[in-house]
Amino acid sequence: MSRVIRGLAAASGIGIGPAWRAGKEDFIIPKNKISEEDIPLQIQLFTDSLIKTRKEIKDLQRKISAEMQDGKAEIFDAHLLVLEDRMLVGEVVSRLKEERLNVAFVFSRVLKKYIEILSKIEDQYLKERISDISDVGKRILRHLLNKSHPSRFDLKEKVIVIAHDLSPSDTATMHKKNVIAFVTDMGGKTSHTAIMAKAMEIPAVVGTVEATSKIESGDTLIVDGSSGLVIINPDEETLRAYRDEEKHLRGIAEAFICDKDLPAETCDRHRVEITANIEFPEEVGSVKLHGGEGIGLYRTEFFYMNRKNLPTEQEHYEVYKYLAESIRPHQATIRTLDLGGDKFLSRVQVPGKMESFLGWRAIRFCLNHPDIFKTQLRAVLRASVHGDLRLMYPMISGIEELRQANEILEESKKELRARGIAFNENIKVGVMIEVPSAATTADILAQEADFFSIGTNDLIQYSLAVDRTNEKVAHLYKPAHPAVLRIVKHVIDAAHKAGIRVGMCGEMAGEPNFALMLLGLGLDEFSMPAPIIPRIKNIIRAASFEEAQAVANEAIKLSTCREVEEFVHSELKRVIKKRKGDLYNLYKGTDPDSTGFWSRVPRADIHTGKDKDH
Amino acid sequence: MAFAERKIEVKNKVGLHARPAALFVQTANKFNSSINVICNEISADGKSIIGILMLGANQGTTIIIKAEGEDAQLAIAELEKLLIEE
Repeated sequence: MSRVIRGLAAASGIGIGPAWRAGKEDFIIPKNKISEEDIPLQIQLFTDSLIKTRKEIKDLQRKISAEMQDGKAEIFDAHLLVLEDRMLVGEVVSRLKEERLNVAFVFSRVLKKYIEILSKIEDQYLKERISDISDVGKRILRHLLNKSHPSRFDLKEKVIVIAHDLSPSDTATMHKKNVIAFVTDMGGKTSHTAIMAKAMEIPAVVGTVEATSKIESGDTLIVDGSSGLVIINPDEETLRAYRDEEKHLRGIAEAFICDKDLPAETCDRHRVEITANIEFPEEVGSVKLHGGEGIGLYRTEFFYMNRKNLPTEQEHYEVYKYLAESIRPHQATIRTLDLGGDKFLSRVQVPGKMESFLGWRAIRFCLNHPDIFKTQLRAVLRASVHGDLRLMYPMISGIEELRQANEILEESKKELRARGIAFNENIKVGVMIEVPSAATTADILAQEADFFSIGTNDLIQYSLAVDRTNEKVAHLYKPAHPAVLRIVKHVIDAAHKAGIRVGMCGEMAGEPNFALMLLGLGLDEFSMPAPIIPRIKNIIRAASFEEAQAVANEAIKLSTCREVEEFVHSELKRVIKKRKGDLYNLYKGTDPDSTGFWSRVPRADIHTGKDKDH
Repeated sequence: MAFAERKIEVKNKVGLHARPAALFVQTANKFNSSINVICNEISADGKSIIGILMLGANQGTTIIIKAEGEDAQLAIAELEKLLIEE
């Protein structure tokens, strides 16, 4: 019987295959009588195991705080305390002497006793401590029984991994080639599992809550990482539809990958830049793999989430330095903090309740909290000596805000000079054009910004008065609206008049149907999720700038969304067919009437708030 | 041998659990004196994290800390400081 469970869309793509449950480790603990002479040896074995476990935990702690750059390593402090716990140690030793049984058995009994007592206490925080104690206990037992650390993922065939949760060491030991997809009970969009899945480009659905209770090993699954759906034992028809889609996606990926190192240039030599939108440093590899020429948008919000305290300047710096170095010689544009509101300040994570997009967030929040703002600014400045880093301010609504932000930037520069720290004095500072007032006064802003990046996601919502998270009106969100075309054209023209470049980092930049039109309007940079880059590059290379301009000129004369959609789509078809006939089929599903999957672009936009998580 | 004893109300929001417990135990272990914590007539070794957690001391509970040893006074003073903060 086919069933569907939902979770968070952590990493896009489709995975079809058999489920494989990551097993819990069960130990069989032998029970042996020991003699008087054995007692000192057993005690020695115990203390040795404690020492080995301590080292293990310290190593893990070090590794995690180096890799994960957040407060996760603190958990292990509690683990270390348990190891040294005199009650635990004392009781094990005294029981050993009394009962004359092997220490592994005695230890497991004592551990069990404490865990039982603790479980009876009604307290949420305590529940977490119990799992700490249990974890440490397992490590100690492993040493007592002389077992080496088993790999949970000794996969002999291709499977979809189902787990309650996946730890950093789990994902590290997995071999990508045998993992079709992940599904976990726990985890949010910013959890370790999500980050690794995106970086490894494996479809993943996390935070399902019930995956391990509803899925058996061997069940056939369809994992739709773009929608956060897991279909258990699907019927033939569904299976066929998804298999076709999977083949389609794979075909696209393969077809386009060969162009990866070719420039994004039209056949009449008009050159644009195609860059990527990312949120985790781990994604840089994927950017390069897909032929991205830089990072058009590095979202910094995720860095602030899922942790107890605000990131320090040093923590920020390390991430930005890594970005600058790993993407060299290309650029990375860092968008300053786009979150805010009271919830952010009180560090209360309330799922689904992000500050409204008309509210106190982004640059407004930062201008009110120069301390938080400057920490980030100083870190970007410091990192700017390592590569081509650029700054971008979100939600700017007018020239005054830009000036205020730049004043704070100047203060940050002064602070660094006083500390004798070098930075790029000429760092480029741009503005995200997403608020309609900024779009309308683009001519004024262009005088004092080094570049623009058009954030169509919010720009369209604000302009058409549509909240995408409201299912009743979400369908009114239309990039093809004549108003949107005019606004975009106005912004591009204003930018070019002032001699600055303009890019687009909203979803519209990654939609094949609009590529020709945007190209023709003069967009200089298209930024999108890395996997989409090849498709857009392909269109740019297939077209001539002249015909793109013609498309733009015609599109802007149309008066309805529908007309625009149909027109741009037919132009897309025409161009692709003419130049790259064999790839034409790979753009199926982009036609306006299609309800097929491919009109769904992976939504990495955290502001839609659609997800149950932040 | 010095003795010191203090009756304290646990002010910390999460009670003597989680991080406060860890901090308490780490602090207690700094001193030579033996340290006992009594809560609702159950006594636990103040230097044992498991012992402390098993006491289940929530916010508002009154506990008694007993220290015995040369640095008893110092120990009690420092431990009291931890519990008074929220």
